[in-house]
Amino acid sequence: MSTAKPKVAFYWCASCGGCEEAIVDLAEDILKVTAAVDIVFWPVALDFKKSDVEAMEDGSIAVSFINGAVRLSEQEEMVKLLRRKSGLVVAFGSCSHLGGIPGLGNFWNKETIFNYAYHKSPSTENPDRTVPLEETTLEDGKVLTLPKFYDTVYALHQVIDVDYYLPGCAPPKHLIMNAVMAILEGKLPPKGSVLSPNKSLCDDCDRNDSKPEKLAITEVKRPWEVEMDNETCFLAQGIICMGPATRTGCDERCIKGNMPCRGCFGPTDQVYDQGTKFLAAFASILDTDDEAEIDKIVDTIHDPAGTFYRFSLPSSILRRKRLETVK
Amino acid sequence: MGNGSFEPKLVGFLCNWCSYTGADLAGTARMTYAPNMRIIRVMCSGRVDPQFVLKAFKEGADGVLISGCHPGDCHYKEGNYKALRRHKLLSKMLDQFGIERDRFRLEWVSAAEGAKFQQVCDEFTEQMRALGPLNLNGGINEHSEA
Repeated sequence: MSTAKPKVAFYWCASCGGCEEAIVDLAEDILKVTAAVDIVFWPVALDFKKSDVEAMEDGSIAVSFINGAVRLSEQEEMVKLLRRKSGLVVAFGSCSHLGGIPGLGNFWNKETIFNYAYHKSPSTENPDRTVPLEETTLEDGKVLTLPKFYDTVYALHQVIDVDYYLPGCAPPKHLIMNAVMAILEGKLPPKGSVLSPNKSLCDDCDRNDSKPEKLAITEVKRPWEVEMDNETCFLAQGIICMGPATRTGCDERCIKGNMPCRGCFGPTDQVYDQGTKFLAAFASILDTDDEAEIDKIVDTIHDPAGTFYRFSLPSSILRRKRLETVK
Repeated sequence: MGNGSFEPKLVGFLCNWCSYTGADLAGTARMTYAPNMRIIRVMCSGRVDPQFVLKAFKEGADGVLISGCHPGDCHYKEGNYKALRRHKLLSKMLDQFGIERDRFRLEWVSAAEGAKFQQVCDEFTEQMRALGPLNLNGGINEHSEA
């Protein structure tokens, strides 16, 4: 093991596994990666343990790619350990970058989430009303422990220092390869950069030409309510598309599949809060000045917070719902 | 409620052409009104980015006011209509964050309506006093659980 190859670690926190899949999806390109680096830690694929990481010298891992949001004490402990052992930390994917889908848990808290998952959900059968406890003492006196479940979900940079961000749910192959090559060749942008072009999705969108001079929305429809035209700008069809407030670089995967942008790349550098920025743009194109009419259109926008912050709630200005109002 | 000694902090975004001038009129006419409003002059109510509103709440405001020209009177023709549409949608979204709709107010105040500005400030202050502190920074939004 005395090679001079840089050491790389992959880790997952609160995530779906899609980011791991994205690495596997590099297909033959993964050979280029493994030829250039040593993977020293990757729980989903390789049998290294936490103790192996602890035994490494501080700073000895060249780069750790961490996906998933942080919502458990165990995840916090692991990312802090990896931070200590790594030269660079890259937040990999939307959850790690912005909080992601698990971040929508910030409209709730531990109690309400447990109550639904272990008692109320229609698919739950739990007559003994068992819930996971942080500590359980067995009959023989042994104590079992589980990680602490936080009330709030965090993006990675809210827990540890992050060097770079690879956006996307999951990050597309070309961005992953660009990032890996940039790291290997030492051609990195300034610390804190999001490794994707800094302009909005609409700038690159194939449907941009079909956008009318003035967008005017009279009714908002959800994708399943209409048959969507596969060439026209979604906003022109009255369908919420996060493109104007979302960073490009995804290769328009969703648009090409005839689905509107949901915002997984997060905002551009100029924007702090993706949700309100989209809200501002969207409210501006509602086609009426009449109060009652506006109310009517706003009524057709279901769950604005969940839609506009679908991937970015924990890293937004407000970060979560007021805890004292969660019921 | 124990809110007796609570002084609400209010932030008001006032448009340059009508509402700010209206507030100025209240001042030059020596009308007295609650001192709780921190006024920020903007060129138009349509200039108020919803990010400003969230930032105000985040940094300790208990209530936020946007005030502009009456419908039809906007110096830039339709900025106040934009403010109106954003106010409606943002209010609905603030609800989802547990921020009561009353905390986010939109008012039309013309340059001649010093008395209306006075009334809005007094009313909003009393309303927020009754509602109590928003307390967004009560530790819940920082990483403090570990």
